[in-house]
Amino acid sequence: MSAPKPILLDDADRAIINGLQGAFPLSEEPFAEVAERLGLDRDDLIARIRRMLDNNVLTRFGPMYHAEKLGGGLTLAAMKVPEADFDAVAEQVNAHPEVAHNYARDHRLNMWFVIATETQQSIAEVIAAIEEETGLKVYNMPKIREFFIGLSFGA
Amino acid sequence: MELTEQDRRLITAVERGLPLCRRPFREIGKQAGISESEVIAALGRMAESGIISRMGVIVRHHELGYRNNAMVVWDIPDEKAGEIGRRFKTFAFVTLCYRRKRRPPVWPYNLFCMVHGRERDVVLAQVEELAEGCGLKDMPREVLFSGRRFKQRGAVYSPAASVI
Repeated sequence: MSAPKPILLDDADRAIINGLQGAFPLSEEPFAEVAERLGLDRDDLIARIRRMLDNNVLTRFGPMYHAEKLGGGLTLAAMKVPEADFDAVAEQVNAHPEVAHNYARDHRLNMWFVIATETQQSIAEVIAAIEEETGLKVYNMPKIREFFIGLSFGA
Repeated sequence: MELTEQDRRLITAVERGLPLCRRPFREIGKQAGISESEVIAALGRMAESGIISRMGVIVRHHELGYRNNAMVVWDIPDEKAGEIGRRFKTFAFVTLCYRRKRRPPVWPYNLFCMVHGRERDVVLAQVEELAEGCGLKDMPREVLFSGRRFKQRGAVYSPAASVI
């Protein structure tokens, strides 16, 4: 089975993604300001963002909240899942709405997922539930410090 | 900062993202029953207090052909982690960096970063460059390439957001 063709972005799309990583103006016409900064037409900018959302290059455009400051919990967790049980365990884990995303990775710890909850305490409850359902240990690796988040398409 | 009832309404109104129109904050205000200028002021307050960590986009690397996202993990003395984390930032191919709790003996690593690339060997060369450039050649590290992606919901919470 061949992988689907990647979606191609042109230079303006890349400039938009890079330009939207940082500050977004809090003003009456923010898209007009961003467009000017990027040397684009406002309507073209909006149309391009919409297109990238539609074809799933972008999942969301808006404020990102700091879960802990809103009282919520957030963590990265990993499990060592026997290969034969992998799909069944993935289904059990993903059935929890608090599991935000889940990746298979090539390591002894082969399943990695993010848990995001409305309260700090619920993290432990979700982990306990997953351990109970799967009979496997969940390794919780909460963040101690964040250095940066960014994405740029350079080379 | 304490969130007001109005702030909560605003958070709910922008949960799915900003409307793509000429005056998005006026549009949000209509949904939340708040004026445009109040929306702008409230978002500004939340950004200042760190409740909003950033405004921006979540990119799905996979759809862009960046199929080989690698989580690169390092076992670095805790007291050096800050300095190294800041140095990682100068490498454009590193998109995220966190210090996390170790889980010995299964997991001795405390510094996590993401490296994205279209080809596996490019990613590995970048990891080598990173180790070389930060004096980490002798530090224990592992590169965990991603396999199948089972679930990715539109992230609302940062820093969860992008993958690690």
